[in-house]
Amino acid sequence: MIRIRNGKVYDPANGVNGVIRDVCIADGKIVAEVDVAARTLDATGMFVFPGGVDVHTHIGGAALNFARGLIPEQHRKATPIFHSQYRRAGIIGTTPTTFATGYVYAGMGWTTANEAAVPVLSAKHTHEELHDTPIIDKTCCVLMANNEIVLDLLENDEQDRAKQVVAWYVWAAKAYGIKAVNPGGVAGWKWGKDCKGLSDVIPGYKKVTPAKMISSLAQIADELNLPHPVHIHCNNLGAPGNASTTIETMKILEGRRAHLAHLQYHAYGGDDWFTMRSAAVEIAEHFNANTNLTCDAGAVLFGNTVTVTADGPWQHLLYQLTGRKWGNLDVENETGCGVVPYVYKEKNVVNAVQWAVGLELLLLITDPWRICLTTDHPNGATFWRYPEIVQLLMNADFRKEQLKQFPDSTLSRMVLPELTREYTLSEIAIITSAGPARTLGLTQKGHLGIGADADIAIYNESNDVAQMFAHPRYVIKSGEVVVEEGELRKSGEGRQFAVKPEYDESIEDFLRPLFQQHYTMSFENYPVSCDRVHNLEVHACKYCGK
Amino acid sequence: MLTVTLKEPTTVPLEAEALSPDVLAPLKHDAICALPVLLGKRSMRLDDFFTVEGDGSEEIELRGDLTKVKWIGQHMTRGKIRIVGNVGMHLGAYMTGGSIEVTGNATDWVGGEMSGGSIHIGGNAGGQLGCAYRGSMSGMSGGTILVEGSAGIELGMRMKRGLIAVRGSVRDFAGLQMKGGTIVLMSGAELRTGAWMQRGTIISMKPLRLLPTFAHACDYNPMFLGIYTKHLATLGFSIPHEVTQGTYRRYTGDAAVPGKGELLVWQPR
Repeated sequence: MIRIRNGKVYDPANGVNGVIRDVCIADGKIVAEVDVAARTLDATGMFVFPGGVDVHTHIGGAALNFARGLIPEQHRKATPIFHSQYRRAGIIGTTPTTFATGYVYAGMGWTTANEAAVPVLSAKHTHEELHDTPIIDKTCCVLMANNEIVLDLLENDEQDRAKQVVAWYVWAAKAYGIKAVNPGGVAGWKWGKDCKGLSDVIPGYKKVTPAKMISSLAQIADELNLPHPVHIHCNNLGAPGNASTTIETMKILEGRRAHLAHLQYHAYGGDDWFTMRSAAVEIAEHFNANTNLTCDAGAVLFGNTVTVTADGPWQHLLYQLTGRKWGNLDVENETGCGVVPYVYKEKNVVNAVQWAVGLELLLLITDPWRICLTTDHPNGATFWRYPEIVQLLMNADFRKEQLKQFPDSTLSRMVLPELTREYTLSEIAIITSAGPARTLGLTQKGHLGIGADADIAIYNESNDVAQMFAHPRYVIKSGEVVVEEGELRKSGEGRQFAVKPEYDESIEDFLRPLFQQHYTMSFENYPVSCDRVHNLEVHACKYCGK
Repeated sequence: MLTVTLKEPTTVPLEAEALSPDVLAPLKHDAICALPVLLGKRSMRLDDFFTVEGDGSEEIELRGDLTKVKWIGQHMTRGKIRIVGNVGMHLGAYMTGGSIEVTGNATDWVGGEMSGGSIHIGGNAGGQLGCAYRGSMSGMSGGTILVEGSAGIELGMRMKRGLIAVRGSVRDFAGLQMKGGTIVLMSGAELRTGAWMQRGTIISMKPLRLLPTFAHACDYNPMFLGIYTKHLATLGFSIPHEVTQGTYRRYTGDAAVPGKGELLVWQPR
């Protein structure tokens, strides 16, 4: 039992905005009151936030591990974590090792993370790595938009059977949601091609288009009542002028709920790399009007990182643009992945625009409940740099200082210099916790109401916002103090959440011969059994409707 | 002078980055004893494994069979380390100045990505001498490594500048992906010398089995060799006078890259 006394509480989901009050914890949950014998944390002069929720990150599984293998030179420069009573050894850097990932998230006050891209074929690998990611709770989304069985069904207009197959795949992977990466484009990459036009027929097919895949998956997610809507990495990522594709994607969704991933990478104007500019205004305008949608920022910060995505064709282009080393994986029948180490540089006009666009979207999208703070870790920047983005959002003068480094020719490509909005602490609590929790449908997360999971971050009040959010005074996870004054005090395993959508089990009779024909893995070995997912918690398929 | 003696060899490797003049020179005896070393993943004290005599100094003598002691002299910029005995991996990695002398043998990764200073191995060395670490674009970019005995594979891999001279035999892939600098092989090398070489010079006093992507360019007597041998002599590495006389057969390659490196193979009279 714990009483957090006298802290300034930010709980926007329950309408609490900087109210000084106690928060009580018992048996891992927020409760109304605790016994006088409870441990008391004196939070006088401190802010009390619900624990951070990362709606889109890449922290474990085949693609991320492949990235780790591609950048040994970065690991040598990474901060090491030495073995201690509470810590396993590891390294931080751009692709933290599994244990380090959990420690660093918790160390910042983040207590839940969604691994955003999991091939079903390697879901077992993902779950093993997530099991080794301590403290935080985890969800994952499975890659569906280039699955060839689903594409074949949509080609033949078998929408209902496609729904059954998707439901089966989600449960087979023990996943929480559906991810769509460059719908049709990654399937096209298996032919050395892409699929940039949403009405273009996907290479290898005669009829089915990315538009069909997008609308079908959105419909399926709704019909299956998944707590989190279809999570979409739009076509044409990274390309100048791709804002039109993103706007078209919003139109295709026709009012169905959907989550647009790393929107920054999909908000560019211009015709080519020389004329590339921000289209954040246009994107924000359409996004603001389409209230069925949520998104995450996918913001970029200058510095060294590694790009990891299922968007194989884009990564091949990035490799050609940079001349850096490149890795590509094919996942039979399902998806692929590309890895390219990358450095975002202030002097690179394109990178400067990308940096601005992420911030512009966060400032121009009017409802903080509908945009989540992310960097698409590690693609835009590593997750442990989120406090830098918080500082940029809360302090317009600081932003202005950063903008001084750019010449007028760069500034003319962005609107950031004109934006004076400053985020309040309550809005920060929304975009880092309450909003992502609501977007994921995790009703027990992101708030400090009675019955909520006791995941809490307590920060010393400070003018140095980045420092403040990087070093909470206390972090509580599932009701236990896990971090105190920067030191790890306890390390548990965290839980993994999954959903079991309803499906007709006879779909397995349909799938079994297809596996025999097309997969190198047998049908019996393919699904992840429940006992392979440690601390599994199956959530109801129930869209909470907000 | 500071003397640090290994009490007894460990089974698990010791990582001892603290054994560098830059770290030790400003410290007193007690502070030196308390310096951290890693036994596997466990952080322990220097004096758990070593006896320490004296206070910090720019000159350090390390004694004992240090075959399992890694990272000695890492990042050093000045001073002198003398190792009486054998030494472990990553000796002088990333060093930019100062000198290291080893009376016995060294293992792998001597002088990894060093950019200055000198290392002189009295016995044999292992593989990856002066190399790039995995994933890095460049290996050694300055300084000198001298080996009186033999050396292992991938000698000077991706080196950019600097000088390596080995008196004994050298194994496969000497000068792999070399970008510049000079390698002197007094006893030749095994297979695939200069593979993927872009620039740089490999001088061999013994015949080499060449890759088919190296072409004979000319025969000549390189004038610079006399300067190099005088320089090596000042470093305590003598080269017989006769190898500076006579003809060297020059091969250029590696055409597979394509590269403009040169292999100079001595043709005794």
